[in-house]
Amino acid sequence: MKTAFFVLKKLGAALATLFLISVLTFCVFQILPGNPAHIILGVDADPLQVEALSKEMGLNLPLQQRYINWVVGLFSGDLGNSLRYQTPVAQLIADSLPVTVSLTAMALLITVVLVVPLSVYLAKNNNRALPTAISALLQLGVAVPSFWLSILLVLIFAVNLRWLPSGDFVPFTTSVTGALRSLVLPAVAISVGTTAVVIRYLKNTLLDQMGMDYVRTARSKGLAQNEVLYRHVLKNALLPTVTILGMIVVEVLGGSIIVENVFNLPGIGRLIITGVGNRDFPLVQGLVFYLAFTVVVINFLVELLYSAIDPRIRVR
Amino acid sequence: MKNKSGKSKNLAAGAVLLGILLLVLLVSFAYLPYDPNVMDTGAIFQPPSAAHLLGTDNFGRDILSRVMQGSQAAFLVGASSVGIGLTVGLLLGAVAGYAGGAVDEVIMRIIDAQMAFPGVILALVFITVFGTGTLNTAIALGITSIPRFCRVTRAGFLQLKTMDYVKAARSRGAGPMRLMALHILPNMVSPLLVTMSLGFASAILSEAGLSYLGLGIQPPSPSWGMMLYEAQAYLLTYPWYAVIPGCMITLMVLGFNLLGDGLRDLTDAKAR
Repeated sequence: MKTAFFVLKKLGAALATLFLISVLTFCVFQILPGNPAHIILGVDADPLQVEALSKEMGLNLPLQQRYINWVVGLFSGDLGNSLRYQTPVAQLIADSLPVTVSLTAMALLITVVLVVPLSVYLAKNNNRALPTAISALLQLGVAVPSFWLSILLVLIFAVNLRWLPSGDFVPFTTSVTGALRSLVLPAVAISVGTTAVVIRYLKNTLLDQMGMDYVRTARSKGLAQNEVLYRHVLKNALLPTVTILGMIVVEVLGGSIIVENVFNLPGIGRLIITGVGNRDFPLVQGLVFYLAFTVVVINFLVELLYSAIDPRIRVR
Repeated sequence: MKNKSGKSKNLAAGAVLLGILLLVLLVSFAYLPYDPNVMDTGAIFQPPSAAHLLGTDNFGRDILSRVMQGSQAAFLVGASSVGIGLTVGLLLGAVAGYAGGAVDEVIMRIIDAQMAFPGVILALVFITVFGTGTLNTAIALGITSIPRFCRVTRAGFLQLKTMDYVKAARSRGAGPMRLMALHILPNMVSPLLVTMSLGFASAILSEAGLSYLGLGIQPPSPSWGMMLYEAQAYLLTYPWYAVIPGCMITLMVLGFNLLGDGLRDLTDAKAR
């Protein structure tokens, strides 16, 4: 009963946030100067033609009607046509999605694989020389811009060593391994920053937990240090780490937008930058909404996951 | 208590790094080796030498002079976006935290909605609507940083308003404005300083990213991100051109992150 109430409450909050997001996204693009019909037809278009197209695009309807039409479109997959490409926005997004999804998945995988062993190692050997050096490297990892790191990675691994391709994305339909190979460098570039942030977070949580009374009790009971560390401390430290999962996904998504442009990958990031450059507002509007939508859904799932692992938070 | 030495190291390293960068900024107002925008087609892509300490770029412009002037853009955008984020975030956070109830709920819903947009996206939307340029970049990044200031302020106000000394002041007849400004806010200075420092770092990262995409600061005024974009085309032949601006961005972000971490450790240590 309590669980159902908790889930409903969180769902309500997520839906309220989604509603606000849709209103914000819609309103912001209404400030845009100029009639979109004008943008399509050019500056010296016949006023009658402009009027006809405005009517066709529903631009002469009242604002709230246009908002409703837009929201209905969002959920039925009809986001209108891109001004620049004259193709449905939904089609453009669907074409770009596989690249971005595989890129973020690969970046998240790298983060997850590195985080636990490195954090445990650093927490166990706190204040020794090598871990201190690694901690300094982590600070650098947080500070380095992902797009500059991408450029350096290309310089080292694509230009000098020739191990991996530097761009020229191979579509999945041509070769799966080829596609994955072209995603390795961008995924590394994106994950360095997030990995560094999460390792520092988990390391500090581990250190806090290691100072707790239950650790002393377990040790005095005769449990080996490693057993206490992996059985008790790590389990308790991973809990709060789940809460920053949502933040990490947002970071990785944001990172992929810039990095895709460095490597010329045909994903969501490149699509949105082209859209912004061309002032292609139906395209940007649709992309922005779906990105925010994804983030809200992920945060909602993370909250459910967290409450499933740690039922105490339902009471709070 | 633990690794106390390491903590003061963070603060010191951050202060030294930022001190050097501030010096570069101040010198750039008074003296630049060359005019950063003067092209010299006879001297393109010169490697670092006595005449051009960091070499020249694809138009024969002196890279050192451009990097020095680029520090102005970085500090300007960083400071103004932190200023905007702090002002708006502080006001919203103070009202939400102090008032609580429905007001708090409404403000935090809006902040949550804003946080659903990755920072870059929000800045991109703003730039699509209002156009590129230094001022718009600063405003866009300022708006992006409102939630972080709002949340820190709200959390502090929620905690502090129930403290005995605040209750005592209220019972002596202090009004809400006086309580907020004179009793609660002074105790919020250190978490806000930490947030400002980390916010500065992320604003610089975002500015560089936007300028790299051609959507931030516009030529000819030099920005480190834009220099990286220009350098990328000549990566194979003149790699040093891409290395220098990237180093500057990294050092500046590192400096503010270290400063922020050091400040936080300092106040945490006091709290313990």
